[in-house]
Amino acid sequence: MHVFADQANFDAYVSGFLWILKLTGAAAVLALLLGVLLAAFRVSPVPVLRGFGTAWVNIFRNTPLTLIIFFCYFGLFSTLGLSLADDLDLNNYWLGVVGLSVYTASFVCEAVRSGINTVPNGQAEAARAIGLTFFQTLRIVVLPQAGRAVVAPLGSVLIALCKNATIVGTIGLMESSSVMKDLINSNGDAVIAIFAVFAGTFAALLIPTGYFFGWLANRLAVKR
Amino acid sequence: MTTGEPLIVLDSVNKWFGPLHVLDDVSLSVGKGEVVVVIGPSGSGKSTLCRTINRLEPISSGTITFDGQPLPAEGKALARLRSEVGMVFQSFNLFAHKTILENVTLGPVKVRKEKAASARERGLALLDRVGIANQADKFPAQLSGGQQQRVAIARALAMQPKAMLFDEPTSALDPEMVGEVLDVMTSLAREGMTMVVVTHEMGFARHAANRVIFMADGKLVEDASPTEFFGNPRSERAKDFLSKILTH
Repeated sequence: MHVFADQANFDAYVSGFLWILKLTGAAAVLALLLGVLLAAFRVSPVPVLRGFGTAWVNIFRNTPLTLIIFFCYFGLFSTLGLSLADDLDLNNYWLGVVGLSVYTASFVCEAVRSGINTVPNGQAEAARAIGLTFFQTLRIVVLPQAGRAVVAPLGSVLIALCKNATIVGTIGLMESSSVMKDLINSNGDAVIAIFAVFAGTFAALLIPTGYFFGWLANRLAVKR
Repeated sequence: MTTGEPLIVLDSVNKWFGPLHVLDDVSLSVGKGEVVVVIGPSGSGKSTLCRTINRLEPISSGTITFDGQPLPAEGKALARLRSEVGMVFQSFNLFAHKTILENVTLGPVKVRKEKAASARERGLALLDRVGIANQADKFPAQLSGGQQQRVAIARALAMQPKAMLFDEPTSALDPEMVGEVLDVMTSLAREGMTMVVVTHEMGFARHAANRVIFMADGKLVEDASPTEFFGNPRSERAKDFLSKILTH
């Protein structure tokens, strides 16, 4: 553990995981909003919206995340000049958030859509029958029930997102996996220990997350 | 037998599900305050007929007017029409994630923009009326089928509808719970609510209906008073149907 006894190394380790948490947090919020909106599009009666939702899911779900993150950097930033912050790290961070969000939104969309399918048709019919509009029906009756059904799958999406955040290291953000690579390069005698610490930290973050979502799903389940 | 001016008028309504002709040139007029019971063998189109009246099923051709206005095709106008027509389903369809009271107050608050306090007061009064006031804070899954269906009736009544549609309201109930639901429906009928009731409950048809409609194969075969229909059915199809259900 002499590697992490060095203050500079320890700080790099901490800041690497802080980037991961910040990437996960921002992308989770954006992907959730975007994903729910896309799911609403995919079940809407408007063909154009349905087509848009389907196209989004098919494009982003089937493109490797590395390519999407690369595109955000080389396409959006280098070629098209889209700069999201003056600070280099912050710019890479936000480009990473954009890439992670559009990618993860497609998985959120499909999870929510499958949740919508667990809500019996009669629920929406009853809502329409008392005079709720399409969006009221979705917002007040269908999505709250669908949401409870997708808590557990969304937990899996969140866990995948957190691990996927390491890919933002490929465009120069010093997140955990980039820090790990640097530490391994300069400490060839402690490769296994370094690896175990980083993997262990992910496990320490994500295993409780999984249990939390499992508990939440049980608690919120709709009794039929 | 029309007791008032027409409220629901169907004129030459046709409906196809793919190649299946489920409503075949159906014309029907329901007057204000009238109770019309629709009976017929399964697959005869009676449920579909009921569901076209608030456009849960769009029709292929013909016209339906409600209170003098043609049914709106979609959007806000359709939502407004639906808020004036109460509907009770075979499978209750209470909102599973809402309490009994919330089920009843949701429409008044979200559709009619009524104040929560007054909606609550009226909701409790309606639950009291259908005999479930003491269950107001429970969730639908905690109630029996008969109780759930009575809540569903209260939910529809909370919108102060001009007419009520019942789509086989007792078909999913255990036999001992049928009576409690029919009692509520009978008292509604006595109070002059306009009702279209799809049912297999011949007793209800006999004592509560002003008119009985008999449907078979998507066609409206007979339209008569209950005494006439049960005592002296004209068509062979109706005689056959009645002989099958009344001999047991």
